[in-house]
Amino acid sequence: MSGPIQFTCPLPPAAKDRIVLGHGSGGKLSADLLRDVFLPFFPSPILHRLEDQAVFEIGGARLAFTTDSFVVKPLFFRGGDIGSLAVHGTVNDLAMGGATPLYLSAGFILEEGLEIEVLRRVAESMGRAAGAIPIEIVTGDTKVVEKGSGDGLFVNTSGIGLVPEGVRLSPSLVRPGDSILLSGPIGDHGIAILAEREGIRFSTELASDCAPLHGLAAGMLAASRDIHAMRDPTRGGVSSALNEIASRAGVGMIIEESAIPVRDEVRGACELLGLDPLYVANEGKLIAFVAPQAADAVLAAMRRHELGTGAARIGVVTEAPAGLVLLRTPFGTTRIVDMLPGDQLPRIC
Amino acid sequence: MCLAIPGQIVEAREIDGLRVGVVRFGGVTRQACLDFVPEAQCGDYVIVHVGFAISRVDAAEAERTYRLLEEMGALEDGG
Amino acid sequence: MKYLDEYRDPALARRLVAEIRRSATRPWVLMEICGGQTHTLVKYGIEELVGPRVELVHGPGCPVCVTPLGIIDQAIAIASNPKVIFVSFGDMLRVPGSRSDLFQVKAAGGDVRIAYSPMDAVSLARENPQRAVVFFAVGFETTAPANATAVWQAKREGLQNFSMLASHVLVPPAIRLLLESGSNRVQGFIAPGHVCTVMGYREYEELAARYRMPFVVGGFEPLDLLEAILMLVRQLEEGRAQVENQYGRSVNRDGNKAARRRMMEVFAVTDRNWRGIGPIAGSGLCLRPEYAAFDAGRIFGVEAIAAPEPPECISALVLKGLKKPVDCPVFGTRCTPGAPLGAPMVSSEGACAAYYRYRRHTVLAGG
Repeated sequence: MSGPIQFTCPLPPAAKDRIVLGHGSGGKLSADLLRDVFLPFFPSPILHRLEDQAVFEIGGARLAFTTDSFVVKPLFFRGGDIGSLAVHGTVNDLAMGGATPLYLSAGFILEEGLEIEVLRRVAESMGRAAGAIPIEIVTGDTKVVEKGSGDGLFVNTSGIGLVPEGVRLSPSLVRPGDSILLSGPIGDHGIAILAEREGIRFSTELASDCAPLHGLAAGMLAASRDIHAMRDPTRGGVSSALNEIASRAGVGMIIEESAIPVRDEVRGACELLGLDPLYVANEGKLIAFVAPQAADAVLAAMRRHELGTGAARIGVVTEAPAGLVLLRTPFGTTRIVDMLPGDQLPRIC
Repeated sequence: MCLAIPGQIVEAREIDGLRVGVVRFGGVTRQACLDFVPEAQCGDYVIVHVGFAISRVDAAEAERTYRLLEEMGALEDGG
Repeated sequence: MKYLDEYRDPALARRLVAEIRRSATRPWVLMEICGGQTHTLVKYGIEELVGPRVELVHGPGCPVCVTPLGIIDQAIAIASNPKVIFVSFGDMLRVPGSRSDLFQVKAAGGDVRIAYSPMDAVSLARENPQRAVVFFAVGFETTAPANATAVWQAKREGLQNFSMLASHVLVPPAIRLLLESGSNRVQGFIAPGHVCTVMGYREYEELAARYRMPFVVGGFEPLDLLEAILMLVRQLEEGRAQVENQYGRSVNRDGNKAARRRMMEVFAVTDRNWRGIGPIAGSGLCLRPEYAAFDAGRIFGVEAIAAPEPPECISALVLKGLKKPVDCPVFGTRCTPGAPLGAPMVSSEGACAAYYRYRRHTVLAGG
């Protein structure tokens, strides 16, 4: 070999001018899309705070407003369905802002040919879920698209809630030294869905953890107001939630692998498919960032609630490196818990 | 391409001339082809890669390796 | 989980690490050649634990990364055909071809699906007789018997609509290439445990003797790799150059005869280009003439698609263990897992991707 070695690899990156599935997975691609395509055209300072819910004051009351769309497949799965998910998902976004959920809208995009009985089952499930909160579905809309344009049924819910006096939750309030608390075992929802998808064919008794978290959140806030932020780790898993908050707050984090609860079924499925539970979606869990002196009280309050019996302290917020989430292995070494570029692909190697 | 994990055979039969089984990995079960491990029976552990068992776990070997590790440690710790 | 958790025991790991550190009286450079082992080593920070005296370099152990550019382009061409259901393992979807990747093909309307087993593709063919189902068969020897079975079964069933784009690679020829190269610094190899489960380890005995190089067949859990490292260090300290087997619970010297028989019934050894390295004689597998009817390359007329491998760049040096990912000036800046420039950054098992995702904080801190 003669001559100087070229150090750069002249492989052109693929042209990224179309939406790929990764744009919806809550990882880096999703964040890029938001930043590059939407924010430039939507200048509202409320939006630019990039929090899970928009909080603003009207006539002396602080309202929280949020929206979410649900495209889950299959429509019905062990532990829930697109309907209950649509109610709980938006209620949870409100709850993560400390808001008491009040009103919900429900928009439906239906594919031509969808069985009406399926829609009825979904509506019934939504009604039941909303009634249990309770939250009222007060307005909605229905559109039909041609066969082949949708996965049978898509749902959007938007929610309004009231933030009590003195409650302020925001990633920007997270400080070095804060304890990171997790309400229970991770990965249930993502793995339960995967098990029912075509093509993977593994069996498990595992059910989605889909649940409304407003009661748990309220119990935690009653124990202490020194909770700085809460986030429900949905798509993208615990990893995305921690990374987003770390970068918004400009802090680092370090979590302990051995402290993170994972059910055997989730572990088994993840080992089998080469997935990391930290990236798998949850629909009934929350992460809280709590001032150190209040952590014990909040953890105790979590464990008293039926949705928080498996709650654990999983880590701590650090000064630096800002925006980096580290994990300490049981061997004492550390590794980065990175934001995935797009979808987590099952590993074969 | 090497991701392969150990699981326990809970069922085995023939389908279309292929030996097929149900293998349990922790809390989940999945079908796997057992053509390459004709000696493996229900209750045995096999290493499964992309839906195929490629070896039967040699329990004696596993035990031996593990004992060696424990013993080494014991000497180290002075115990 | 039995036979998994025991091999992750931190207390035993500490003892192994202590023993390794005690045994190594001078620096040694070791290499593993399996993406799965790379993943474990980096994920648990094992390099940090055994270093700096014992240095681990990562070899070309990721078949996803070394699949030649031309074959990716062939896959993209086939997947873009509207009659085709293109089935692949997940890792392959993000690999960049000359101009696109399979994810982009899917976004543009191609029917690209992820499989967890090659038999999923056979099922798809059976269930969709009016579509052509093509399976992208990539992998080392570990995956070859499974992929062979898919074609073998398709033939037995007389399926007319199933075919395979085969791009298998074999490990020993790659090791030979590394050892032949004048600039090799590796002094001992961890042989890939699941490849050897299928192939046995006789092939490595010849390499050990000819190049006076110690090999230890290693498993995939942290204790397996630590024990394999210890066994290599002991060989080196004692001046031995043998092939030893750490992964006895899965590997024996002759491997799995039934698996190999199926593999060789369907595949023949051929020359193969390794992306980032170049052509290596006798390092690949292709379908035998009896299975020509299942060769997607021929059926879709894409065999002629070949892309020139880029001039030797740091990818090749990283794959050969001569450079660390961090030695590359674009590592982590222009080249990241989200926008990979070279092969080792492409798959999560590649050395660069593994470093980037898990270890760059120590790298940035100069550790």
